[in-house]
Amino acid sequence: MNNLVYLVPLFPLIGFLINGLFRKSLSKNAISIIGCGTILMSFIISVFLFFDVKANGGTVIDYFNFIDVTSFKIPFAFLVDQLSVIFLLIITGIGFLIHLYSTAYMHDEPDEHFGRYFAYLNLFVFSMLLLVLGANYVIMFIGWEGVGLCSYLLIGFWFKNNNYNHAAKKAFIMNRIGDLGFLLAIFWMLNKLDTATYAEVFDRASSSLSATDVTAITLLLFVGAIGKSAQIPLYTWLPDAMAGPTPVSALIHAATMVTAGIYMIARSNVLYSLSEVSSDVVAIVGLCTAILSATIALYQNDIKKVLAYSTVSQLGFMFLALGVGAYTTGVFHVMTHAFFKALMFLGAGSVIHAMGGEQDITKMGGLIKKLPITTWTFVIGVLAISGFPFTSGFVSKDEILLAVYAHSPVLFWFAAFAAILTAVYMFRLMFLVFFGGFRGSHEQEHHLHESPLAMTLPLIILAVLSLIGGFVQLPEIFGGHDYFNQFLAPVVPAVVHEGAGAAKAENYLLIGTIVGLLLIFVIARKLFAVKEFNASYKGFRKVLADKWYIDELYDAVIVKPLNSLAGFLKSVVEKSGIDGIVNGVGRFVNYSSRQLRLLQSGQVGNYILFMVLSIAVLFLAFWNQEIIVKFLQNIF
Amino acid sequence: MPIQYYIALASCLFCIGVAGVLIRRNAIIVFMCIELMLNAVNLLLVAFSKMHYANAVTSDAKTIVGTDAQLFVFFIMVVAAAEVSVGLAIIVMMYRNIHSVDINFLNRLKN
Repeated sequence: MNNLVYLVPLFPLIGFLINGLFRKSLSKNAISIIGCGTILMSFIISVFLFFDVKANGGTVIDYFNFIDVTSFKIPFAFLVDQLSVIFLLIITGIGFLIHLYSTAYMHDEPDEHFGRYFAYLNLFVFSMLLLVLGANYVIMFIGWEGVGLCSYLLIGFWFKNNNYNHAAKKAFIMNRIGDLGFLLAIFWMLNKLDTATYAEVFDRASSSLSATDVTAITLLLFVGAIGKSAQIPLYTWLPDAMAGPTPVSALIHAATMVTAGIYMIARSNVLYSLSEVSSDVVAIVGLCTAILSATIALYQNDIKKVLAYSTVSQLGFMFLALGVGAYTTGVFHVMTHAFFKALMFLGAGSVIHAMGGEQDITKMGGLIKKLPITTWTFVIGVLAISGFPFTSGFVSKDEILLAVYAHSPVLFWFAAFAAILTAVYMFRLMFLVFFGGFRGSHEQEHHLHESPLAMTLPLIILAVLSLIGGFVQLPEIFGGHDYFNQFLAPVVPAVVHEGAGAAKAENYLLIGTIVGLLLIFVIARKLFAVKEFNASYKGFRKVLADKWYIDELYDAVIVKPLNSLAGFLKSVVEKSGIDGIVNGVGRFVNYSSRQLRLLQSGQVGNYILFMVLSIAVLFLAFWNQEIIVKFLQNIF
Repeated sequence: MPIQYYIALASCLFCIGVAGVLIRRNAIIVFMCIELMLNAVNLLLVAFSKMHYANAVTSDAKTIVGTDAQLFVFFIMVVAAAEVSVGLAIIVMMYRNIHSVDINFLNRLKN
């Protein structure tokens, strides 16, 4: 089975090449079949790989030397183990559903752009697969850059709108800041250990790296993760990334891109376990992001923005889990989050599709009558993300909360607060969009329709997964089995629950969650399932609706000074400095030759005079030379 | 005779040559002055040759020291002869064209 591993990323690459090169000649059907088919093939192989790894454990497959300089070698190798297989399944599985959904969602695009869209989508999946499969940090970095590029291309997919281009650039630049950290971490590793291969790095880390080295490397890696996974302070690109087509948002948020940071830290768990400082930083940044973005999500009116901030918040939860040492739980939440976030984004896409491009939730409402499938699947997604018992979100999120509680009760209360906020903004979104009365225009109301099967089918599949996906890791309270943790155990150390105590804590959590959710449900229903909705906020609510003015802050502190510096360099340094030197040289030569030309008078007498004078000058110049002095002394 | 006399004479001749070249406008006179400078150098070469030979012959009867300087004199004379022939040809052509041998008229060449 292992000799098929290279096919997993190869299929999307082939799809990218075919769709990219022949986008003008292929029909939409052909493009759809190629785009979806390649991902489906990858998914099927990934499933086989999963069972293979389950039975035989992980392996490294070495292809060739990517970099080979004397004793220093970076092999192009794939690592197929429990962790990467889980990610392979998420990426190709969810990726396939999103591709399938896109065939219907993007159907109104012209043929050429349709092909371009699927080419980018395939390249995106390819990059992410490369990132996950790489057996060393350098190969991971190639995929890492690849997803950054593809996110840029897809966010700016509708490149005729300049705002979208700005959003794309913002995402790319924010990512580059993080990439620099990642790159520095790799260099640091190569400098100290002479290798970037996971197995070797983790083997030697405890013996040949000092505590400072480990902390520096892990912190730099975390800078990379901050950029890619949108944490404080680099999270602002993710909400702006909503400029792309909605399935792209689903892909970025669920299957590819933002989970890369989680994967990287889960993969480097050995290093993070060695550095308490870095782990604490990860946990605190994650927690702060979770709370901050949850508060922002409370007052957003764009359906996609709410979901975007909720992703940032959920990513914060994942980092919190990683930071407190519950690596498997973090990865588990990646999986469950991929289910329900892809579900909700695709649901949002279905809503936007039905509303004819409208994204403002204050203009929606009561969509349940016209979009039953979308509504019920979305409700399942909302329940899952809010952590309603028996859904996948409950299992993973409560496991995170338990792990946090075991680590530090103070962090637990903050995390619980963020979890409550999650439920609040999600119920708000749900009631505003699907219940109450319709608040849009009459044409929109007339236009409302349920989406075609290619869009609803992924929704249904994802809804089922969101419901039952958590059962691979049943908590103690439901009988408790640790399939997921045990599966990952060879790569990622599992969290140890303290038997009875954990069960008791889970009892409280279960009861607390049910009560809390019911309370929020009732209040949110009263507030948001309404016919009229006033969306003008004042005071503190306005601060939240304006995202704490973080964008404005960055603009004032970083963008504006940089712009004025660039303006200064352009108008002063470049114009008068550099141009002055270049033009000055030209003008000097021009002027001096104009003056020298006057010597060329044509008067023979002048020439002779100059000749004689020059000889005299030469003679005087060499007068003091020893050889002449000696010569003269010889004579006289 | 001491060598200083020769040097003084040659220097005088050379200076006369230089002055003539600088001051006179008649091309033929300028030519003659150039010859004067060349011959001043020739004179110096011959004088030094003789001096070195005289110094060397006292220690070694069969010496050939100094002969190379005389060779140079011949070279210079040959070159001077060639130069004069070319130069005079130019002057003749110049006279045919502008009916003058004044070197200041040579600036007409540039048009």
